[in-house]
Amino acid sequence: MPAISFQSVSKAYPSPRGPQGSTFLALDRVSLDVEEGEFFGLLGPNGAGKTTLISILAGLTRANSGTVTVLGHDVQQDYAQARRKLGVVPQELVFDPFFNVREALRFQSGYFGIRRNDAWIDELLESLGLSDKANANMRQLSGGMKRRVLVAQALVHKPPVIVLDEPTAGVDVELRQTLWQFISKLNKLGHTVLLTTHYLEEAEALCGRIAMLKSGRVVALDSTSALLKSGTSNLLRFKIDGELPQTLAAQARVTGRVVQFPAQDAQAIEQYLAAVREAGLTALDVEIRRADLEDVFLSVMAANGDEASSPGAVASLQAKGALAT
Amino acid sequence: MTGWKMLFYKEVLRFWRVAFQTVAGPVLTAMLYLLIFGHALESHVKVYDTIKYTAFLVPGLAMMSVLQNAFANSSSSLIMSKVMGNLVFLLLTPLSYMNWFVAYVGAAVVRGLVVGVGVFAVSAFFTDIYFVSPGWLLTFAVLGAALMGTLGLIAGLWADKFDQLAAFQNFVVMPMTFLSGVFYSIHSLPPFWQTVSNLNPFFYMIDGFRYGCFGVSDVSPWLSLGVVGVALAVVSTVAVTLLRTGYKLRS
Repeated sequence: MPAISFQSVSKAYPSPRGPQGSTFLALDRVSLDVEEGEFFGLLGPNGAGKTTLISILAGLTRANSGTVTVLGHDVQQDYAQARRKLGVVPQELVFDPFFNVREALRFQSGYFGIRRNDAWIDELLESLGLSDKANANMRQLSGGMKRRVLVAQALVHKPPVIVLDEPTAGVDVELRQTLWQFISKLNKLGHTVLLTTHYLEEAEALCGRIAMLKSGRVVALDSTSALLKSGTSNLLRFKIDGELPQTLAAQARVTGRVVQFPAQDAQAIEQYLAAVREAGLTALDVEIRRADLEDVFLSVMAANGDEASSPGAVASLQAKGALAT
Repeated sequence: MTGWKMLFYKEVLRFWRVAFQTVAGPVLTAMLYLLIFGHALESHVKVYDTIKYTAFLVPGLAMMSVLQNAFANSSSSLIMSKVMGNLVFLLLTPLSYMNWFVAYVGAAVVRGLVVGVGVFAVSAFFTDIYFVSPGWLLTFAVLGAALMGTLGLIAGLWADKFDQLAAFQNFVVMPMTFLSGVFYSIHSLPPFWQTVSNLNPFFYMIDGFRYGCFGVSDVSPWLSLGVVGVALAVVSTVAVTLLRTGYKLRS
């Protein structure tokens, strides 16, 4: 039995603009299973549907069609059991300003029907470096500390399945390391972990399998190692002292002065360097490196259509337009 | 299952932490009404033959405070959690819609009763207090607070912003409480306004409560009990339906 199962899940929202009754398809027949004990990554650009998928899993949003189960419990029909098995760290940094850290954790335990949970609460506080903040009011905590409390709140009922929705967005290096050590430990103890993140190096280091979402569809689903082997395995990377000609720029990934070309063999490398030289430019700090998950991600996204034409991007552009007027 | 008890406890603790604002403030307001209206109208208004006007005023003010604070508790708690986003902590739990209902309305009743007791306690320094029929008194206090706590729950679910909630409070709750016979017996009104008052469910809550104090009222306490009971059943059905369907909670 899979820890998490999405079967042909679709979700449409009313379109923010456009004619009355028109809808925006946030998820389009998404199917994927996460097995027990896996560390699973869910990647995709903004607006790809990651948070919608997680909201449906958590019961915050209802799918228009399809079924979602947590360890065999349907998240709608059998919601109480499904939610007991699930610990969700929300993306937004939310807190209740009336209470301190320990109270917040005791309440959360109580909502799950767990009394006298202080031994586990103390362990959570210790593991997340919050012991000295146990009696601090939530308002007094820094953003990073609030994030730790969110993680503790999600784990207070010892859920076998843990969902982290961009848990490291805007947090410092120290917290990231504490958090990943702790989550990895839980994963080794048998907890299933579903992670969404924009930090692809984190996903590459932590996740055994990865699904990539784009415009509400699964566009890649494989083990991390298989994804890394797919496509280009090597990259030619150098800095440049001028403007790259259009024909070359179209094949490259350009970040400021840094240019990267997919390069399978020595011949391709020679061709690219020759083309740069012919354009009257100089390549500096030349290196050849192995492709990482970010390269795979970009090539998968590029292979699945232009970013700007996706419904999510259109919606966000419309939203920006609405703000400007 | 202790889930709802924890939510109830949290909701009670929430207002108790800021009791200066949520309990002492309303008691002070009621006292100001009592002193100013009582002083100004003592010699002009005669309601019942043997009871002074200030003494007549106390149950009305106490019940008005019970009702307004019960409403304020559930509505402000919900809207704050919605605006702050921390309602997600509840939405992620296995708490059922009935758990939510019982916990929010229960805490609203507790706040209403605490404020009501405070109004009586402080009033005792200024005038005579009557408890002719404590059973009726408590019945109407609890049912009235439950009714308003439930209405607050509905308003809190419906409102997206604080100003919508304030509009509900200022344009619905306040007029209906003030026009319900808090400051007068409706027998002193012209026939038209008597009829209007008879259509206001708040009138029955206050009249029934006053019966508990004096053993006298404008209408039979049984009639008031019936009206309040039916009103409570109606708003409870609405509130439970909204919670069950996840209205503005689960998209």
